[in-house]
Amino acid sequence: MIQSLGRYILLLRLSFRKPEKFQVYWAEVMREMVSAGIGSLGIIMIISVFIGAAVTIQTAFQLVSPLIPKSVVGGIARDSTILEFSPTISALVLAGRIGSSMASQIGTMRVTEQIDALEIMGVNAPGYLISPKVISGVTMFPLLVIVSVLLGFTGGYIACLTSSEVTTYDFISGLSDGFNPIIITTCLVKSVVFGFIITSICSYQGFYVSGGALEVGQAATRGVVFSCVMILMFDLIISRLFL
Amino acid sequence: MIELQNIKKTFGENEVLKGISSTFKPGINNLIIGGSGSGKTTLLKCIVGLHEPTEGDVLFNGENFTDMTFEQRVPIRTHIGMLFQNSALFDSMTVEQNIMFPLNLFTNQSKAEKRDRANFCLERVNLAGKNKLFPSELSGGMKKRVGIARAISMQPKYLFVDEPNSGLDPVTSILIDDLISELTVEYNMTTVVVTHDMNSVMGIGDHIVFLHQGKKWWEGSNKEIAHTDNKELNDFVFASRFMRAAKAKL
Repeated sequence: MIQSLGRYILLLRLSFRKPEKFQVYWAEVMREMVSAGIGSLGIIMIISVFIGAAVTIQTAFQLVSPLIPKSVVGGIARDSTILEFSPTISALVLAGRIGSSMASQIGTMRVTEQIDALEIMGVNAPGYLISPKVISGVTMFPLLVIVSVLLGFTGGYIACLTSSEVTTYDFISGLSDGFNPIIITTCLVKSVVFGFIITSICSYQGFYVSGGALEVGQAATRGVVFSCVMILMFDLIISRLFL
Repeated sequence: MIELQNIKKTFGENEVLKGISSTFKPGINNLIIGGSGSGKTTLLKCIVGLHEPTEGDVLFNGENFTDMTFEQRVPIRTHIGMLFQNSALFDSMTVEQNIMFPLNLFTNQSKAEKRDRANFCLERVNLAGKNKLFPSELSGGMKKRVGIARAISMQPKYLFVDEPNSGLDPVTSILIDDLISELTVEYNMTTVVVTHDMNSVMGIGDHIVFLHQGKKWWEGSNKEIAHTDNKELNDFVFASRFMRAAKAKL
């Protein structure tokens, strides 16, 4: 465990060494950003709308007391979406989508000697392969989470339109009532940290694969599992620190 | 020129290389041969720095490569070309991008110059016009040739080749051997080929190092190999009926 942590830290240090040629690395960063950002937009849009709608319906179902104004549903849905559902659920989904792809991509490069080929050429393989992925993770995840939050609200609005428990007027007024900007800060910090966790852990798992196709698959699975555990752990830590 | 000085490599309790010394000269084909598990690929990886030797030194033109840091090795590495057993072409890049990759990173050439160089390398390996194909669209022999084209794109001083004939038919194997041999003379490169293909040994083995049980068992040329009384080498080289029949005619 401690040995793995040490190797992980050393790999990250190697990943952020001065690039051989900035231009080539920048092109890689752009490619990874498109792959992680644009490539994940579809799944994020779909899950966000559904989660937003489900959260709104479930909150409305639990607040049946005539003493509680219906607009509270909007407030609870807003806080739940911003603080938990958009950053955390999106991160868990993205760990499966992006993380496994990164681990298997790097792992395949390892077992087919492509990483050896990079090293023979004098290329800093961790820097060339991992740093663009980590940079794309910490920049694109917050953007995806912002999209997810907005679409979560849209989902909640659609749920109000199609049900009789809460009116859209109550929902929208609830979204703005008692708004505390710290939840946005918490959400963005979470998304940056989760982006880093997914890309770095999955890249690490892929980079040290040895064997063949079976081991690449196992590394991808390990990457996703470790990422998910770390996401939930840091979800708690960040919530405790900020709220 | 590459000098190996008492190279030892141990993995845990397993001593794979037990003190190997040799000198590989430029302009000739240097072959490392031996049975499976004899330590050929481990020795090659120690030479190019993919494995660190447990003991001993590797000298490139007198410079001790083993003692160098990653940064110190980069100038030597830019003079190294390597063809891997499975070619190790970058899957996500076209043939042209594969060849231009080291040029993009280590030269300041214009795009047109890099493209010209890629075209020249592709012509040299008889693959002109295949620039836009991806590795998945190439046959095994074509992949090897693209691997060679990428290896020579930086006009290297040292060429390392790991099992160039594995998985290839005899005709393509001979083409690859001839290409390696021609390029070695043309660029006056120090070429080191790891193989257990007897056609290669007999065809291009100007200088052969035979490894057995992690030790250098025999050293000589393909002309000497037929007349040696080294039992292990004879058992290895003349294992096949064809080779035994060929030896009987000599």
